[in-house]
Amino acid sequence: MLYDVTIDGKNHRLELTRAGGRWSCRLDGRDLEIDAVLARPDVLSLRIGDMAYEVKSERVGDDLHLWVGSTRFAAEVRDPRSLRGRSRSADDHGPRKITAPMPGKVVRLLVREGESVELGAGLAVVEAMKMQNEIKSPKKGTVQKVLVGEGATVNAGDVLAIVE
Amino acid sequence: MFNKILIANRGEIAVRVLRACHEMGIAAVVVYSDVDRAALHVRKADEAYPIGQATAAESYLNIPKILDVARRSGADAIHPGYGFLSENAKFAQACADAGVKFIGPSAAAMNAMGSKTRARQAMDRAGVPFVPGTSRGVESFEEAEQVAARVGYPVMLKAAAGGGGKGMRLVHAPEHLKSSLEAARSEAERAFADSEVYIEKAIVNPRHIEMQVLADEHGNAVYLGERECSLQRRHQKVLEEAPSPIVDPDMRRRMGEVAVRVAEAAAYTNAGTVEFLVDQEKNFYFLEMNTRLQVEHPVTELITGLDLVHLQIRIAAGEKLPFKQEDIKLRGHAIECRIYAEDPDNNYFPSPGRITLLLAPSGPGIRRDSGMYEGWNVPIDYDPLLAKLIGYGTDRDQAIARLTRALGEYFVGGIKTNIALFRRILRDEDFRAAKLDTGFLDRMLQRAEDKRIDSRAAEVAAVAAGLFAALGSTAQGLAAQEAPDSTTGGGSKQPSNGPGSNWKNASRREALR
Repeated sequence: MLYDVTIDGKNHRLELTRAGGRWSCRLDGRDLEIDAVLARPDVLSLRIGDMAYEVKSERVGDDLHLWVGSTRFAAEVRDPRSLRGRSRSADDHGPRKITAPMPGKVVRLLVREGESVELGAGLAVVEAMKMQNEIKSPKKGTVQKVLVGEGATVNAGDVLAIVE
Repeated sequence: MFNKILIANRGEIAVRVLRACHEMGIAAVVVYSDVDRAALHVRKADEAYPIGQATAAESYLNIPKILDVARRSGADAIHPGYGFLSENAKFAQACADAGVKFIGPSAAAMNAMGSKTRARQAMDRAGVPFVPGTSRGVESFEEAEQVAARVGYPVMLKAAAGGGGKGMRLVHAPEHLKSSLEAARSEAERAFADSEVYIEKAIVNPRHIEMQVLADEHGNAVYLGERECSLQRRHQKVLEEAPSPIVDPDMRRRMGEVAVRVAEAAAYTNAGTVEFLVDQEKNFYFLEMNTRLQVEHPVTELITGLDLVHLQIRIAAGEKLPFKQEDIKLRGHAIECRIYAEDPDNNYFPSPGRITLLLAPSGPGIRRDSGMYEGWNVPIDYDPLLAKLIGYGTDRDQAIARLTRALGEYFVGGIKTNIALFRRILRDEDFRAAKLDTGFLDRMLQRAEDKRIDSRAAEVAAVAAGLFAALGSTAQGLAAQEAPDSTTGGGSKQPSNGPGSNWKNASRREALR
């Protein structure tokens, strides 16, 4: 299996093959001697050479993080032969989806559809655990769509609005 | 002794009290709101009663509903935990009127302490040391000006009915007094429906040290040593330890005796905590009394060997304190970390949601009081405290070492927590040298964290990312219920390693090659 792996923004080419219950691994052109056991869902016991690691996998919405010990890495894994799963690049020119960073309740909408907004302008206020968080516009532009109403309950990753 | 206790709370403290009940052979009745049906305290209870909507006023703060459950369940007593109704004198009185024992002080003792200015007048008479200032709310701006000039700037404005930092303002210079006074008053009015504000000299970089007291209903009161609670953010405690690194036996005895006098002045019974501000010369000033069990009570339990909840229950049942002051011996050192569901990368904003993976630490010197479990959805409606991790050692260094080790074992996936913050605190040089004050945490957080890029770990992550994708990040079979069907192929925005489907996808790809 061939993977393009991005770890904290840095791209790696990873080749994994399994034969006779053993893995062989090539990372960025270097052969690594590895041995892996999935100890339980989302927890991998990994040996590279004689070094032992416990790696945890955490997926929330579309975001994948891997924890090596107590260090967290943002990860993306793509199959280079597939068109799917291309990196969703941040595009300042196209429309941007504004998502809820955590579950909560939309207590106030600060903009209406068609309104122009500056970079950093407040779009909505989401409340969770008695704390209010203002969701800010990531770009200067026009509010193309508002997808939630005041009082709506949202989950992490739900799209609140689209700024064009 | 009671046969049945109703626990009028939720989260880790409800579980903590429930455990004490079971240890004492007492049945535990819990109440829960609509969003807490699956909460841990309900899972562990003997009887559980729904009491309404998530909004606390409709459930955990609703006195008639809770008393109705007490009546229906036949509970002898109610333990209020902390927060919610724990310091509500009306509730304590309503329990007494309904013939159910409130496990805590009397309504009269709470009333004496609840208003900070009234507490102050009672304490003044008992010879308790205070920060210079007014012992009652200021009537006018002119009066505020005079008091501030007399005690000297900086001064602190505080809401008489306040708590949790609301209605508090630090004023450095006379020209800011007027606007700050107005702001504190309106904030106090909004938060507590009481705009009374008083003025104190602000102690710069104080330590926050509190003394645990226990008083029975037969006139006996003891102190159980202090807790150092100087590590705070937004006036909320984050990490506590006992004993305080700066308190020696003589200071402990003096603070303890003042704390007992405070309790006696209010005819206080059950467990309570007397909070002090301590200045750089180790002068201590009475701040307030908390008329409940504290979040941080475990550190006192570990160094005294006592169980405060057992003792609360025994005191409420009418028993005498089973020891005298000279029997209380402190041993070792304990440190507590409050594990909050909050996002360090988003200014510690609350982070509720589903816990996808929970790996809990254990081993020597580790205690964990938790209200969460894997698969549970942390609701958006309540305080973000998930659990408390407490490390104990023969001395402070060993407690730090054990706690650091345990934090490395602790993993909460799916939501954000402040676990990493504690690793940073515990390796901080000033923390290790016990140079603590209430500004410590804000100063530490202002310094950029030295984040070394560990290329070896990044390489491990890269290899693991591929292995998770190849194996299915969740083990085969176990994941079936979670797996979205990603066989729909191209055009899906789902990355190719969507949970559960990978095993299937991987073998399919293998077969194609």
